[in-house]
Amino acid sequence: MSRETQINSLIMVGFILVPLWAWMTDEPFIITLTTKAAILALAGIGLNIALGLGGLVSLGHAAFFGIGGYAMGILASHAQSYDPILETPFLIEGTKSMIVIWLVAMITSGLAALAIGALSLRTSGVYFIMITLAFGQMFFFFSISWPAYGGEDGLSIYVRNNFPGLNTLDPIQFYIIVFVIMALALFLTARLAKSPFGLALNAARQSATRVETIGLSTYGLRLLAFTLSGMITGLAGALFADLNRFVSPTMFSWQTSGEIIVFIILGGTARLFGPVVGAALFILLEHILGGLSDFWHIYLGLLLLLIVLFARGGIIGILAGREVAHD
Amino acid sequence: MLLSVENVAASYGASQALFDISFHINEGQVLALMGRNGMGKTTTVKTICRLLHVTSGKIQFAGQDLARLPAHKAAQLGLGLVPEGRRCFTNLTVTENLIAAARPGHWDQGRVNALFPGLAERRDQSAGSLSGGEQQMLAIGRALMTNPRLLILDEATEGLAPLVRQEIWAAIATLKQETGMAILVIDKSLKELRQIADNAAIIQRGETVWSGSINDLSSDITHRYVGV
Repeated sequence: MSRETQINSLIMVGFILVPLWAWMTDEPFIITLTTKAAILALAGIGLNIALGLGGLVSLGHAAFFGIGGYAMGILASHAQSYDPILETPFLIEGTKSMIVIWLVAMITSGLAALAIGALSLRTSGVYFIMITLAFGQMFFFFSISWPAYGGEDGLSIYVRNNFPGLNTLDPIQFYIIVFVIMALALFLTARLAKSPFGLALNAARQSATRVETIGLSTYGLRLLAFTLSGMITGLAGALFADLNRFVSPTMFSWQTSGEIIVFIILGGTARLFGPVVGAALFILLEHILGGLSDFWHIYLGLLLLLIVLFARGGIIGILAGREVAHD
Repeated sequence: MLLSVENVAASYGASQALFDISFHINEGQVLALMGRNGMGKTTTVKTICRLLHVTSGKIQFAGQDLARLPAHKAAQLGLGLVPEGRRCFTNLTVTENLIAAARPGHWDQGRVNALFPGLAERRDQSAGSLSGGEQQMLAIGRALMTNPRLLILDEATEGLAPLVRQEIWAAIATLKQETGMAILVIDKSLKELRQIADNAAIIQRGETVWSGSINDLSSDITHRYVGV
């Protein structure tokens, strides 16, 4: 077992023990904080497929996070009001079923990622960053100007959605759902990274031309990666909205995109557990330093600066050492 | 005819590099592409592999016109490139380099490992940490994993130690004799090229100045155009 695998196992144990301890000592707030960290980690796991594996610096992933959030908000608000979403040409009603909401969130965010990726991936470098940012901002301003779903004020949902056999209002039960999804996403991402697709994507990060000469379309590889990435981030958005029982245009903001990138850089770009460590650290700093000062982001910025300058492998890189390959 | 290059011209932007390149390769044949440095051999290979646009002329591979195909589609038809300078994916391990390129067919990891046993011993090592010779073996292995109909080796043994060069030439000979694979090889080792190639084409300032059976290649011609 490699050192990184040992560290990853310890992180997973931490994500089990912390909420378990909080549940046993009746600290629901700690469970909610861990749930938030796991959801944000999931968003980071999604982006890490595009950024870490594919080298695609997307500054518009908040679009998918927001689409997932609004998919949940719209479906749940219509279920709440018994008012159908669409009556003609066919009836579409709201739902409080988490499974249906997740599917809708993943499909809609996946389709959006496919469309955005199809256009953005015709560019590269700073142009790619700017185009993804522009798409993210388009969704942000659209959500602000959409009064049917709360406009700038956002949309509140008064009950949590259902999952068969579980009481989702119980923080520990909701956490179990989120943890299982995060673990599943990590498992799938690990498999993806070692699959021919993942390896070719990683190779294209080094040289697109060389990948073309072995008969693979770098555009196709990157588009698929971007779409998968958007789908996972969209799922995280739906869970985030369910956790807060609230969706707002903030989910679409470029700051949200930036924060997801920060999780990955903090934890370690292209490291499987990089976004998990990054999101956990972010939540921890927000909780501890946020209590001391409203300007806690200054300390976060300082930490980010130190990592970028002295530890490009992020926290995982510091703990596990440099990878032999995949750097 | 597997590959037919007819009066091909190509440019790097406004700078024309190829003016009139013509040669052909049949199934199972080995063609040596020769010429001094900077005469257009690598540019010819890049043009065949669709990494450079054809400005005039025609390139046909397996009966298909390559001129309008993107590079990856041309490779899918069966062009396997071993580029100059190896160019392995140094952020992947040896095995991962092979898996990334794999397409169904005769060549798989087992066969590549059998062709280059030394490479098999380093299967879990990062490609970036391999020696030049091992990287060349990996580059050949990676091209073979695409199961090409035509293997293109650009500077097959450049900068390698004599023992490693022997190993590479032995592998090329094995490919020709045992699999009947068509090969286009660029190298400066005339002795080895004479042993392995069926035909040769010589390029001088972006033009084919000689082509034919390698047995007809006189020392006068090689001295004049290749400098050996």
